[in-house]
Amino acid sequence: MGILEVSNVNKRFGGLQALGNVNLDVAKGTVHAIIGPNGAGKSTLLNVLVGKLVPDTGTVLFNGTSVLGLKPFEINQLGISRVFQTPEIFSDLSVFENMLIPCFAKRDGSFRMHALESIASEKDIIEKAEHMLAEVNMADKRHMTASSLSRGDKRRLEMAMCLVQEPKLLLLDEPTAGMARADTNNTIDLLNQIHDSREITMVIIEHDMHVVFSLAKRITVLAQGTPLVEDTPDNIKGHPKVKEAYLGEAAA
Amino acid sequence: MLGLSKKDTTFLLVVIFLTLATPILLQPFPENSALAQFNAGYPDLMQRFAIFGIFAIGFNILFGLTGYLSFGHAAFLGVGSYSVVWMYKLLNYNVLPGLVLAIVMSGLFALFIGYISLRRSGIYFSILTLAFAQMSFNLAYSVLTPLTNGETGLQVYNNDPQVLMSEGSPTSPHFFGIVMNEATKVDVGGWQFTFSNGYYFCAIIAIIVFYLSLRIFRSPFGIMLRAIKTNQTRMNYTGLNPRPYTLAAFVISGMYAGLAGGLLAAMDPLAGAERMQWTASGEVVLMTILGGAGTLMGPVLGAGFIKYFENIFSKINDSILHSWFSALPDGLEDFVVFVFHPFIGKGWHLTLGLLFMLVVIFLPGGLIEGGNRIWNVISGKNRKKKRDEAAHHPKPTSHVN
Amino acid sequence: MDAIILQVLNGLDKGSAYALIALGLTLIFGTLGVVNFAHGALFMLGSFCAVTLQKLLSLSFTVEDPTQKDFLGNPLKVDTPYIVSWFGDATGNAILNWSVPLAILFAIPVMLLVGYVMERGLIKHFYKRPHADQILVTFGLAIVIQEIVKYFYGANPIPTPAPDVFRGSVDFGVMIGFAQNEIIYPYWRLVYFLFSAVIIGAVFAFLRFTTFGMVVRAGMADRETVGLLGINIDKRFTIMFGIAAAVAGLAGVMYAPINSPNYHMGMDFLVLSFVVVVVGGMGSLPGAVLAGFLLGILESFASMNEVKSIIPGIDQIIIYLVAIIILLTRPRGLMGRKGVMEE
Repeated sequence: MGILEVSNVNKRFGGLQALGNVNLDVAKGTVHAIIGPNGAGKSTLLNVLVGKLVPDTGTVLFNGTSVLGLKPFEINQLGISRVFQTPEIFSDLSVFENMLIPCFAKRDGSFRMHALESIASEKDIIEKAEHMLAEVNMADKRHMTASSLSRGDKRRLEMAMCLVQEPKLLLLDEPTAGMARADTNNTIDLLNQIHDSREITMVIIEHDMHVVFSLAKRITVLAQGTPLVEDTPDNIKGHPKVKEAYLGEAAA
Repeated sequence: MLGLSKKDTTFLLVVIFLTLATPILLQPFPENSALAQFNAGYPDLMQRFAIFGIFAIGFNILFGLTGYLSFGHAAFLGVGSYSVVWMYKLLNYNVLPGLVLAIVMSGLFALFIGYISLRRSGIYFSILTLAFAQMSFNLAYSVLTPLTNGETGLQVYNNDPQVLMSEGSPTSPHFFGIVMNEATKVDVGGWQFTFSNGYYFCAIIAIIVFYLSLRIFRSPFGIMLRAIKTNQTRMNYTGLNPRPYTLAAFVISGMYAGLAGGLLAAMDPLAGAERMQWTASGEVVLMTILGGAGTLMGPVLGAGFIKYFENIFSKINDSILHSWFSALPDGLEDFVVFVFHPFIGKGWHLTLGLLFMLVVIFLPGGLIEGGNRIWNVISGKNRKKKRDEAAHHPKPTSHVN
Repeated sequence: MDAIILQVLNGLDKGSAYALIALGLTLIFGTLGVVNFAHGALFMLGSFCAVTLQKLLSLSFTVEDPTQKDFLGNPLKVDTPYIVSWFGDATGNAILNWSVPLAILFAIPVMLLVGYVMERGLIKHFYKRPHADQILVTFGLAIVIQEIVKYFYGANPIPTPAPDVFRGSVDFGVMIGFAQNEIIYPYWRLVYFLFSAVIIGAVFAFLRFTTFGMVVRAGMADRETVGLLGINIDKRFTIMFGIAAAVAGLAGVMYAPINSPNYHMGMDFLVLSFVVVVVGGMGSLPGAVLAGFLLGILESFASMNEVKSIIPGIDQIIIYLVAIIILLTRPRGLMGRKGVMEE
């Protein structure tokens, strides 16, 4: 029994079968990568997991509860966080305010009318936010406007915002897309560090094989909307079917 | 103090002082001097500053924080006015029941309109609110005449029940016996200061609601509203539901508008449908943008600015212009008067339109940003400081979203 | 049945005006990405082109007419328009009488110029600014234009009659087999409708069949790609803005006899035209035209006594009510595209 179970999920867009009979079982505490060529249905699958898309058939169970038909904020409240391809942060707000919001959301739920309470009196929340910022080495940037951060820092901030909510499952959509090599390696280290320190389950969708093989404990290869193989990284590397479908010459 | 930081407390105290001293501060020129026409210490005008200040503060909670541009807030202004006059008609001239009713009714009305309009964002939201306000306006003029007295406007008649009216109770709006249109005139040297009950009533309410808006700005709720303006996607994926937040902001700003409308009727016991027309909604948008959307003081400044210049510019006429420029040679004097003529008196709206365009083009942050820029030039503050400030306050640039 | 036809006809002229203004708004929005709150002011300027031409043509000088005496026996002073003295009685008076249609020729260059100046002088600086800024600056511009017109022409409506030939009404009912006087329709409104149909047709044909139009349509769909092809899309968009201004202006010129021009007519129409655009779907030209006529006709149905007796006040709110219902059930309006104004 995994923390996330996807069974028999199908999704069509008009004539296109975006997902066909997808089954996925993500074990608790693992780092599970989903790879596949462009148009393999990776993003569609991710959107199903976060409630943005509802599949035509099939079930998605998170800790035994169905997430289908729930809104993104309800799914987040269950304990699933998502990191986007281009960091989605509150760019007009300061870094510190960015951190406060997930803290409040975690404590108060999807809506609370705390219009006359002052932030300064929320000692616990402030402490939590500061602690998290320190953990991602951004404490000195707390007063900066988020939009003025470097790309790498934006990514860090987004991660920190997800992690401070102590999610049970972290979904990452190409977390290193468009990054320089040095930034990519930093991100890999950060993710490994996060995984080691809090045993969080991660599902990563990624193009970059270097990233995948540095992080994943288990890999599912998706092709044309259907899982081709699921195995450990070492086995995937040498798998002939995968080579043929995806890795091609690069891995050979 | 009062749950505010030290800086905010000082800020609030300054605002309180300025508001209470307004009858003196706005009367800088002696009564008989040539510049006396620039004085603004008249009860009528000062009441407008306070009332439209309240209207703009409320509008700013919605537009400045969440970025949702409503073109229908005049509807709530109208509802507020009608509520107060109805309480005069049914009970007596005490303004309290009317103001309470105004806030409750406009809140309910805002809840209804907001619940529907907030299903859409951007310009669609603007058009929905505009449509609701225009519907209210048109209905107030036509079929709702029994409630609104149509074109004549709602007012108190002799045969109204006024069940709480007794011998000797005031026959004009009052607050437990403090009659609004009574004033104390104090002459000091050549100056005359008018301390009107009406103004102080509005001013104290304005201070209270300003304090509330300050609390909202600094609260977790305030941060959530600014987060909505910046990024609704992240909001959703952080486990927050933006809809109730925006709806709450909409209702709060509707209640502010209702209170402002109620106060208009508390100063002058009349309520007309034209208060609900879209031009009135446009006016509060102008005030907020002109002053600086998303800033605390901006909307109040904008409201004061527009109301002051409306009053002063529209009073200037050609003969006043001639007297100003009488030192010039005749031909030149006539020419200068000719050039200024379109901008004064009834042409005040032309000045307003131009001014407004200039602000949007060159000062997207409004007067507050202009003030900051000048301050930075004077004090020679460096860029870093400016960035720090940007981190503390929401960006004044506004957008429909 | 005859009542229904009558209401459809009655809705056509207002619908035509809505459609023409909404068409221009959509062109500007679709090509330049600018929400133009000054578009109503352009419509109003068009109407005042008609007023101006009428005034110019009736400029007169005073002569003493020896053939007529006033009651003191002095020769009567008569105002004679220059135009009459130059072209003779018949031609001169005919020109005067036809001043509104003639104003079309006058309005086209004027409105193109106004559009050009507006786009180059102001709007172009707002392409990259948020929509709210565009709304606000054009709103300010609308106030300015409106106040300038008020300064020169005063606050009262100025009657601007149609040519004599088009006064009176056509008995439309007889033509299609109804009894006499069942469906009476003023000639000029018919003219207005046909005129609008021609303009709308011309705009669509222009966009469809000319290379210029194809580039503009491509630009509406994907501005960046067209720019990458090395086509100077900005210049074309400037011209497009001029055309949109001219369309609004022409709508205004011909509307002058139906509604005596006044300085605030632009704002009155603007609010409704925006509702029309949104109902039609932001960025959809056919949607704008469809919604314009639809709302015009619905408005005229709602003002029937039979309808009003069932739902009092419906005539006052029908347009807004329809707008709300459509926006809630079809979020992008009748024919709107995905992703427009939803960022």
